[in-house]
Amino acid sequence: MKTDILIIGGGVIGATIAHQLSKYNLEITLVEKESDICMGSSKANSSMIHDGYNVDSHKLKGKLVLEANPYFEQLCSDLYVQYTKNIGSIVVGFEDEDMKVMKEQLENGNKNGIKGLRIIGRDELLELEPYINPKVKFGLLNLNTGIINPFELTVALAENAVINGVKVLLETEVQDIIVKDKKVEAVKTSKGLIQAKVVINAAGLYADKIASMVENIDFEIKPRKGQYFLYDKKWGYLVKHVIYSAPSKVSKGMIILPTTEGNILGGSNAQVIDDKEDLATTYEGFEEIYKHTISHIFPELPRMGDVITSFSGLRAAATSEDFIIEYAKTVEGFINVAGIQSPGLSSSPAIASMVEDLVRGLNYNLNFDQKTNYRKDRPKPVILRDLPYEERSQLIKENPDYGVIICRCETVSKGEIIDAIHRPIPATNMDAIKRRTRAGMGRCQGGFCGPRVLDILKQELNILPLKVTKKGKGSYILDSYSKGLTFPKGGENHEKIKL
Amino acid sequence: MKKLSYDLVIIGGGPAGLSAALEAKNNGIEKILICERGSHLGGILEQCIHNGFGLQYFKEELTGPEYAERFISKVRETDIDIKLDTMVIDILDDKKVVAVNGTDGLFEIDTKAVILAMGCRERTREALTIPGDRPSGVMSAGTAQRYVNVEGFMPGKEVVILGSGDIGLIMARRLTLEGANVKGVLEIMPYSTGLIRNKVQCLDDFNIPLLLNHTVTIVHGKERLEGITIAEVDKHLKAIQGTEQYIKCDTLLLSVGLVPENELSKKIGIEFDPVTKGAMVNEKRRTNVPWVFACGNVLHVHDLVDNVTAEGEIAGKAVADYINNKLKAREKRITVSHDNNIGYVVPQAIEFNDVDEKNVKLYMRVRQPDNNVRLVVKDDKGKVIGDFKKEIVAPGSMIMLTIPTKLILCNINAINVSIMK
Repeated sequence: MKTDILIIGGGVIGATIAHQLSKYNLEITLVEKESDICMGSSKANSSMIHDGYNVDSHKLKGKLVLEANPYFEQLCSDLYVQYTKNIGSIVVGFEDEDMKVMKEQLENGNKNGIKGLRIIGRDELLELEPYINPKVKFGLLNLNTGIINPFELTVALAENAVINGVKVLLETEVQDIIVKDKKVEAVKTSKGLIQAKVVINAAGLYADKIASMVENIDFEIKPRKGQYFLYDKKWGYLVKHVIYSAPSKVSKGMIILPTTEGNILGGSNAQVIDDKEDLATTYEGFEEIYKHTISHIFPELPRMGDVITSFSGLRAAATSEDFIIEYAKTVEGFINVAGIQSPGLSSSPAIASMVEDLVRGLNYNLNFDQKTNYRKDRPKPVILRDLPYEERSQLIKENPDYGVIICRCETVSKGEIIDAIHRPIPATNMDAIKRRTRAGMGRCQGGFCGPRVLDILKQELNILPLKVTKKGKGSYILDSYSKGLTFPKGGENHEKIKL
Repeated sequence: MKKLSYDLVIIGGGPAGLSAALEAKNNGIEKILICERGSHLGGILEQCIHNGFGLQYFKEELTGPEYAERFISKVRETDIDIKLDTMVIDILDDKKVVAVNGTDGLFEIDTKAVILAMGCRERTREALTIPGDRPSGVMSAGTAQRYVNVEGFMPGKEVVILGSGDIGLIMARRLTLEGANVKGVLEIMPYSTGLIRNKVQCLDDFNIPLLLNHTVTIVHGKERLEGITIAEVDKHLKAIQGTEQYIKCDTLLLSVGLVPENELSKKIGIEFDPVTKGAMVNEKRRTNVPWVFACGNVLHVHDLVDNVTAEGEIAGKAVADYINNKLKAREKRITVSHDNNIGYVVPQAIEFNDVDEKNVKLYMRVRQPDNNVRLVVKDDKGKVIGDFKKEIVAPGSMIMLTIPTKLILCNINAINVSIMK
């Protein structure tokens, strides 16, 4: 297989780069080792769009987040992605000494050109956040902070890339990169060799591993784990803004915020770990985020009972603590996009532009003419629960499957699940369905709809039920047929046997 | 949007909804609609293929589907309308119900009354926030029951069950019969939380160990479950350091409690009991919203389906009286309170001066098991109006006390149930 540009990694960064470059008459391929895109750091983070008021604008990550912010509104509107632009954030202070940090942040924000930042007193804070711990003293209000659904954004970017001609290869792991005469020649993957003129390393946590396939590198990705609690929507009324705890000795940058779907998300601690696959949550982590942040700031939120899910995400932090977006030092045709930790999601459009400039800078005689049939959107997903009754009725008339509710907790129809399986980036397992439709993401966590979603997946993908997985290879849901259904040898042909 | 009109809409076609529908029909209600979100009537009984149902109600032992069938066939003989695969998505203050299915689309139903009979759901891993990885192979016992009994699949080979609730105990036996190795059932409390008969028939008879005062502290496995770490807990239910052990398994089933499915009911300002997580009702199973009644597991989680049926009948009769303007309110509302080891009592209030009913039945559960106790019901003047001896009380079994109506009709404001030694 041959391609002009090969992007390694299907997280938000790989997807944004694919989206950005798909405007041009280039042949682009994106490879992702997992069963779906958005399976690493992009799926487990604080789901915020920062405006960059608190960043160091001398660092690359500071410069890019400031640059990127204005692009989100148009991008999300083009791609039908829910983005609550001005939900606003408040850094809350409970101790007098917190004022010092706030003043520094305010000054920094002003320096970064952020408008409307101000320190507010207790009364105003309690008016804005009526359920906050009344011991709060003051806060730093920033109305430019936004929230987004990170998997919706990543899927949307990748889907847009696909309809504009990008090839996305899932479950395709990079095994080696072939360099000839100090120039990248091809990438060896688990699905075969792909010849590429330019290789872009957006491999997230594994960016160091990939980069070291072409040369000796001077950076390392040290994962930093953060744990989160996601609360039942019934608590959605409690938190109105993105609430940061003032950075202190015990906790640094912990947050509680509403999600675009109306849940409450609380987290996250920061634990440096070695294992890049270690997404295990820990009892100590739970205690840390609950005691120091959640219960401290919103005392009404319970420790258990209404937490509908808890999870960890890994920040793909480079040893330099800054983004690394540059050519490989000794090999031509290879671009590293590494160390993309917070605010990576918020910087993604600017990262993609910078990568475009680097690709152009190679002067490889690539065809940068705009595609004549370029589409800036994607097929609009049907999400019935957001629609007025009349519109829903009309859609159900056209497709009765939209009237069959599969996920009770989130009101997701059979039609929406079938749609997700047949979209430009197909959802082929239970978690992929969950990320796209929310089926199984509600308070029963798939207890009721699990068997029904499995049945739809089996049907639509035309596979045996035993082959349906939670999240790709090895994560099968079912073990075998029960004794009640005994089959002759080769009984895997379940569907063909009449009982 | 299609518009329909009924006298009574029953949300849920499980045992509660079915018996309520039949009773309302027998009491003269003409236009009744049952909305059922599943593809069959009978609710969760469909997957409960074990026996033990109906001992109280029919005085014979039936399987879940057999028990359901007795009511389904009766309902089919009437002109009660049934809509399957139909999800009610809203109840509006002006006595309207909004529902959706594939054939009618979205539709609105005008009604005179509603019976909530949506049942309950299982608590999840997250309700306990069990730390660790998030592999496949961790599921609720009820989901596994559906896979095994309805879909014909085994969830795994090496199984551990967390929680000694009835579904967990039943599934321990079921999976053993299907050839899985059920390594044990863990229970964080110092006693089994299911019915005693289920512990004997499902664990003891199959030599499946029950580890009391134990819980799962870590889930291991990146893709599929590979094992769990378990530990003993202290009296505050915290894991005791040094007692951890690793158990290899590919399946962890959770049977850690049931929660009434009341999200719909919350939309119309119904008051809830913080313990049952169901509506507060009077002895007719009427909520504080006059045209809304509730029965079955959506009201409080029952131990036996026989009790669900009985409650459905109370609600069905009452709703018929309500629609026919025959429900007479008392002048005074008698509140029902409880203390010490009583967890809750349903109904939470007695309100109707009903001469037809000789007795009022109080349903309750205890918090802790106990032996040789007396359940004492007193009025607000301290007068004993009921005194019942019980050899054994346990959280897994509901207790029903029958109080003669004439004792409650006296001029009292409140009654209280307590346990005495």
